[in-house]
Amino acid sequence: MMLPRRTTLLGGVALATAGIASSARAQLTIDMTRPSFEPVPIAIVDFKGDSVGAQMAGVIRNNLQNSGLFRVIPSSAYIQKDVDATTPPRFPDWRSVGAAGLVVGQVTSVGGSIKVDFRLWDVVTSQQATGLSFTSQPNNWRRLSHIISDAIYKRVTGEEGYFDTRIAYVSETGPGNNRTKRIAVMDQDGANNRYLTDGKTIALTPRFSPTLQEIVYMAYGENNGPPRVYLQNVDSGRRELLGNFPGMSFAPRFSPDGTKVVMSIAENGRTNLYEMDVRGRQLRRLTNSPAIDTSPCFSADGSQIVFNSDRGGAQQLYVMSAGGGGERRISFGDGRYATPVWSPRGDFIAFTKIGSGGFGIGVMRSDGSGERMLASGFLVEGPTWAPNGRVLMFFRQQPSSGGRVGSASLHQIDITGRFERQVPTPTDASDPAWSPLIPQ
Amino acid sequence: MSMIKALSALAAMFLIAACSSNNDTQTASAATTSVTPGSVGDFRQNVGDRVFFDTDSSTVREDGRQTLNRQAEWLKKYGNYQITIEGHCDERGTREYNLALGERRANAARQYLIAQGIPAARLKTVSYGKERPDPVGSDEAAWARNRRAVTALE
Repeated sequence: MMLPRRTTLLGGVALATAGIASSARAQLTIDMTRPSFEPVPIAIVDFKGDSVGAQMAGVIRNNLQNSGLFRVIPSSAYIQKDVDATTPPRFPDWRSVGAAGLVVGQVTSVGGSIKVDFRLWDVVTSQQATGLSFTSQPNNWRRLSHIISDAIYKRVTGEEGYFDTRIAYVSETGPGNNRTKRIAVMDQDGANNRYLTDGKTIALTPRFSPTLQEIVYMAYGENNGPPRVYLQNVDSGRRELLGNFPGMSFAPRFSPDGTKVVMSIAENGRTNLYEMDVRGRQLRRLTNSPAIDTSPCFSADGSQIVFNSDRGGAQQLYVMSAGGGGERRISFGDGRYATPVWSPRGDFIAFTKIGSGGFGIGVMRSDGSGERMLASGFLVEGPTWAPNGRVLMFFRQQPSSGGRVGSASLHQIDITGRFERQVPTPTDASDPAWSPLIPQ
Repeated sequence: MSMIKALSALAAMFLIAACSSNNDTQTASAATTSVTPGSVGDFRQNVGDRVFFDTDSSTVREDGRQTLNRQAEWLKKYGNYQITIEGHCDERGTREYNLALGERRANAARQYLIAQGIPAARLKTVSYGKERPDPVGSDEAAWARNRRAVTALE
């Protein structure tokens, strides 16, 4: 895919009519450090110049609305029906429909490419808030829409967006006692879904490399062969076995620099953690206990690993140095703790908690303090972080009954526990893995 | 002759009913009369191919030891089978932990059979964690039957 070329559009000219922002009016900024805030009302006009412009606006509306931080004003409410993408809009018209922000755009064909100009107007101050111009291949329109969504998100919240990302997950079909489980990958909004494994054997727990070029996952071998860890190129589909050990190898995850994969190997009833150098394929043991040590995850800076272990009885979370050693328990609440995942920001660890009443998804600081539950249910499991560390995805499984397996679906939720929504997938889905931002 | 046919048909109906309702495979014991001694069917129906575990435990219980004792006797008598012990869990654990717990259960059953004199080289293990429930269900009874180690023969 040709990467979009981007330039900044200048034109933040304060107009003579610059409004005196009323303090009661909505602002085009959100202070994310505040405990509560109103979603920013925003109007997103169909981009002009090409039929793809309406689709681009649709993708952007969907992204922003789904974040919970924006309230998208329906186009039926617009007073100014025809908005030029290059000249300032009639700000009073947009103020009277309650918009704090207005997004306009223009799509132009240039040879075999498309040029997309977009501007975000601050309706409150009657100024351009941001503007960018991209040139790319026409079939990149969806990605451009995500990049523009991220630019709007960043301008309004002050934080990086997460829309130009992908989700790898496990697609589940068929009867409950013989379920087909395939690795699938799709855009963050559910578009461009495709399958990376054929479903002949069960494949689980996909995780992206930091460049998104590869995933690691666990799959059973043909003819009931034991589970092994595989490394697969996302575009070419080429896959290789990551070590052929006597015991089952599973629970793989990349280091933040992509040079190592940490995983569990189970043998003779013991499950320990190992680290494999991706290029040289040397294996190094990190833990040596008679317990189950699994679900390892590196800290954002790569210096530590968090994992769950039943070495003290019930499953709890432990942190150790990345090379092994210095193991210390960080979870002390009631119930069992599992699947710890370090935030890309480094500030929090998300986890699954199993109590007498059911399952929950929570976060705690990396020293174990400040535990907070975000979601709960009959079975919720497997949190994964958006690259900005503000949003989590996980899966929900409904109870089975009458021999019919309960449905499984992906959900995203804000780190404050708000804005939970189901993420659309073509089939039942579990084990989501959120990619980093796609490199531009 | 026609009597035997009728019995076989009845047994087949029981098997179909057992499959479609995902009920306990022991239901198929109605077909006891039709299995050949030394066959996989004989092993499943007259010996018992699975043992059950307590929640989050891989300790073989007393009822499990009795089943494994019967399995060991039978497997010594019919030495031509290769054996894979499948470890399974109920759904109330996380996926990765349950893969490890299933391995631990399969290993516990394997060690018990080795102690009863089955050569280690005949005994492989594989864990399915919570990926292959039997029966499919979300109540205590289903969970109890899913915390299992199944001795599969080939």
